[in-house]
Amino acid sequence: MSVGYHIVVCGGIVPDPLQTLEPVKGPAGWGLKNELMLPAILDPWAGHALFEAANLAKSAPGSKVWLVSMGPKAKLQQVMMTIAQKVPFELVVLDGPAGGFVEAHEVGTALAEAIEALPGLDKSKLLVFGGWQSASRGAGATMQIVGEKLGIFDQFQGVDKLEARADGTMRILERVEGGSYQESVVAGPPAVLGWATGELPEPPNNPQVGMQNMRLVMPALQKAKPVKIDGGPEYAKVEIPSQKRETRIVKDTPSEVIAKEIIDWLGA
Amino acid sequence: METLRTLPGDDVRQIMWRFADRYDIQMALQSARSLARTLVARLVAEGARNTHEWTDHKAQLLEAFDTSGLTALFMEPHQGGFIEGPKNLALALVAFELSWVDAGAATCSLATNLALAPIHERGTQEQRDYYMSNCVPPQPGEDRKIFRGAFALTEPLPYVGVETNTLVGKVRVAEWEDGKEPMLQVDKRGRFITGMDFANFATCAVDTDDPRIKTSCIVIVEDTDEGLFDRGAPTLKMVHQLSSTRDPVFNLKVPASRIVGGYTVKDGVIVPNYTHSEIIGAVFHRTRVPVALMSTAKLLSAVEPVIRYQRQRYRGGDAVAGTPKYDLGIQQKPDAVLRLADIWATGEAGASLGFETARLFDQLDPTEKAKDKIMAERGVVGPKSQLSALRKVEKLAIEYLALESMPEDKRDAARFQELGEDTLVRYVLLESLANILCPACKLWNTGHGATVMRESLALMGGYGITEDCPGFLFHKWADTQLEATYEGPEAVQRRQLSITMTNEVFLAKLRIWIDQFTLLAQEKPETGAGIVAKAMELWLWTLEFLHRAKDPSGARLYHNRRQNVTFPMADALCWIMASRCQVADLLELAEKGPENPIVAEGLEGTLGFLSDLSMVQAARAAGECARICATMVNGFGPQDEAELTAFDKLRSQLDRSLSGAALAKDRAGYALTQVMIPEALDYPM
Repeated sequence: MSVGYHIVVCGGIVPDPLQTLEPVKGPAGWGLKNELMLPAILDPWAGHALFEAANLAKSAPGSKVWLVSMGPKAKLQQVMMTIAQKVPFELVVLDGPAGGFVEAHEVGTALAEAIEALPGLDKSKLLVFGGWQSASRGAGATMQIVGEKLGIFDQFQGVDKLEARADGTMRILERVEGGSYQESVVAGPPAVLGWATGELPEPPNNPQVGMQNMRLVMPALQKAKPVKIDGGPEYAKVEIPSQKRETRIVKDTPSEVIAKEIIDWLGA
Repeated sequence: METLRTLPGDDVRQIMWRFADRYDIQMALQSARSLARTLVARLVAEGARNTHEWTDHKAQLLEAFDTSGLTALFMEPHQGGFIEGPKNLALALVAFELSWVDAGAATCSLATNLALAPIHERGTQEQRDYYMSNCVPPQPGEDRKIFRGAFALTEPLPYVGVETNTLVGKVRVAEWEDGKEPMLQVDKRGRFITGMDFANFATCAVDTDDPRIKTSCIVIVEDTDEGLFDRGAPTLKMVHQLSSTRDPVFNLKVPASRIVGGYTVKDGVIVPNYTHSEIIGAVFHRTRVPVALMSTAKLLSAVEPVIRYQRQRYRGGDAVAGTPKYDLGIQQKPDAVLRLADIWATGEAGASLGFETARLFDQLDPTEKAKDKIMAERGVVGPKSQLSALRKVEKLAIEYLALESMPEDKRDAARFQELGEDTLVRYVLLESLANILCPACKLWNTGHGATVMRESLALMGGYGITEDCPGFLFHKWADTQLEATYEGPEAVQRRQLSITMTNEVFLAKLRIWIDQFTLLAQEKPETGAGIVAKAMELWLWTLEFLHRAKDPSGARLYHNRRQNVTFPMADALCWIMASRCQVADLLELAEKGPENPIVAEGLEGTLGFLSDLSMVQAARAAGECARICATMVNGFGPQDEAELTAFDKLRSQLDRSLSGAALAKDRAGYALTQVMIPEALDYPM
C-alpha cells in the first residue's frame, strides 16, 4: 500500500564550517563575528533530513515535502541556490535569527506555528523531519519541542534509517550507545524524526529541479514574515574552545609507530 | 577606520557583476562551484594532469558535467536546457568558476558548446534543434546516446596557422543524383582539437575544392558517417590536461544538409548560405570572453592561498603566539601584501572587463538577430552589403550618443526616443563596443594576466614551484600561457583592435566616458575615475595625433601595416578599458550594496578596499598608457613643437591625477593583513 506523506523538514542555515566562528556581542546580543558576511550552508544535519524526505516522497506517490527554515531571508536565498537544485520541495521562510544563540524553545515554537499554518497540510499524513543535532549549537531539543507543540508524541531521535512498509507501518533505526541501533516500528504518521546522518549521499545538482523549486522559493522569500525571538538565556561570556596542540617533530618515524601512538592516545 | 572584513562573497559579486536578480545563473554557478571544488580538485590533486591521454579518471568529468546540469547550460529550455535567452554571462561565470580550480576542466566543459556554437549562431532551425537537443543528457525514461562535439577550425599540419582564411580542409561533391540531395566528401585534418576523444560529431571548417560548391563553409561530420573518422594522436600539450586534445583526420561522405546554415542551388552550383569565416566571426566574437575570464579566475583564486601561505610561513619555530611574526607571518613586512594588492587589483579589473563584455553580448545577441531580420526584409544580403548599409547608421548612432550625453531638459526628447527605438542604431552602438571589449578582454586578461599570475607564484616564497603549492598555482600559471594563445593569439586580438578602435561610434562613446569620468572624479575621487579620465584623454589625443603625424621619412604613422604603432595603442586601450569597467563595477556596488542586508554589513570596508584596488589599478593603467603614448609621440620624431607641447601638457595632467594612488596601495596592503580568510582551502593540495 502506498501512502502519500506530508513531510515537513525543519532546517536552518549555518556559516560555512571552514571558518573560525568567533563569538562577539552586538547590540542584539551574542552572535558570530562577521556571520552575515560569511558563506552559509544548510545545516548538515537538516540536509540529511531533507534528502531522506525527498527520497521517501519519491517512493510514495502523492507525497509532498516542505522545507520550513528560520534564518535571515537574504542569507536563505543564497543557500537556496544550491539546495533547491538537489531535491523538490516547497520553501516556507521564517525571517529570523539563525545563529546558535537562540533558545531551542523559542525556535521550536516558531517552527511549530509555521507548520500549523501550512495550507493544505493533512496532519494524519504528517512526518516532521529535522536534524537530531545542529551544526550551530547542538541543543538536541528543538525537534522534540516542535513535536510536542504539534501534539505529535511518536518521536525518534538520532535516526539513520526509515523503512516505509507496504502495510503503512514504518520501521525506524535510532542510534544508541556503542554503534548499535534501537529498532522501532510505528503504526504510521504522524511522527517526528530527528535525523542523524541517514543513509543517503548528497544528491547531485539538477538545475531543472532548481528552476522548478525557485519559482516557489522566490515568492516565499518575498512574503517571509519576520519572526521576533524574545527571551532565552543571558550569556555572561562566550568564547571559542582554546586549541591545545602538542606537536612533536620526529624525523623518519615509521607509520606503524605513529598509528600505535594514536591508538594508545585514543585508549588513554 | 573600517577595512575589509572577509573576502568578498557571492552577494558582493552578484551585485558587481550584475546577476543578483538572475537565480538561474546563480544556480548554474553553484553547480559549477561544487563540481570544481570536489571532482575537479580531486583529479588535479591525484595527478590526472600528468598524462596526455584521455583516461577513465578524467572521463568522470563528462558524467559530472551531465549530472550537474552544466552540459545543458548552452541549450534553450525547449532543447532541454534551463536558461532562456542569451547565455553569454552564464557561460562566462561557469567557466570562471571551474577555472578557479582548473581551466582544463572548464575547457572540457565548453568543448561541446564550441562545437555547437557555429550551429547555434548560423545553423538552420532544424540543425539547431537536432544537435542541441541531442547534446543534452537523456532524461529519465529516454534511451539515447548523448552527443558530444568537437570544433575543427583551420589549423593545418604540420604547422599551426593563425590566419583564419587559410583552410586546409576541403569539400567536394561526392555524388549528386538528379532530384536528390547532393552528397559531399569532406576531407579535413585537424590539429589541437578539443574534445576529440569523446566527440561523436565535429563542426569542420572546409574550403571548396569543387567548382560545383561556390565558397568555403562549415560542415558537420558524425562518427557514423561513411568513411574515416580517425580521432588521431593525442596532442602532447603541457597545459589544460584535463581536457582532451587530439589531431583528428576526417574523410567522410555526408549529405549537403550538414552545411551549417544551409545552402541554395544556383545554376547547378551549391552556394552555402554562410562562408566559414562569417560563421567563425560570429562564434569567436562570443567564445573569447569565457577564455579571458578563465585567466582572471586564476588571479582572484590566488589571493586566498597566498594570504594563507604568508600568514603561516613563520608559524612554529621560535615564533611566539601573539607576536606579529606569529600572527602575520611574511605579512609583517609590507612588500608581500603590496604585491598581492597588485595581483588582486589586476584580477578585479579583468573580471570587470570580462563580465561587462559577457553582459554586452547578452544584449547584442537578440539585437543582432533583429538586425539580420531587418536586413533580410530590405534585401541586404552578405556581410559586405550589410557593412555598407550599417555604415550609414553610424551617423545616427553618433547623433544618439550626443543626445544621450546632454541634460534631459536640453535634448530633443522625440528624436532621442526615435533613435533609441531604432534596432539598427542599437545594434551599431552595441557592436562598436563589443568590437573593442571582446578582443580587449581576451588580450589583456590572458596576456597581462599571465605575467601577473607569475607574481602570485613568486609570493609563495619557500614553497616555490612545487607540486604541493597550494591552490594549484603552478598549474594555473602554466595554463594561462595557453589561454593567451587559443581562440586567436594575441596578435589576432591586437589586429582586430587596431581596426575597430578607430570606429567613430566607439570614439564618440569614449569622449562621453571622458566627460563622465571627469565629473565622477570630483564626486568620488577615491575610485580612480580621474586617473582613468586622464588616461582616456591622453590615449585619444595620441590616436588623433598618430592619424595626422608622419615619421621623418614622410610615412604615415597610423597605418594598417605599421604594427609598431597600432599594436601598442591597442595594448594601451586594453588597460584603460579594464580600469573603466572596474570603476563602473565599484559604482554599482556603492549604489546597490546598501539594499542587500548581507552586503550592507561591512560595506564600508569592502567598498573602501575595492576603491583602493581600483585606484591602484587605474594608476598602473595610466602609467602604461602614458608610457606607450609617449613612445608614440616622441619615438617617431622629431615632431612639431606645438604638438609636443600639447602632449606634454596632457601627460603632466595625467601624472598629477595620480595624487593619492600610492596611499591607496598602502591602505589595500594593510587591509590584506587584517582580512579574515577561511581556516582551510576548500579544495585539496
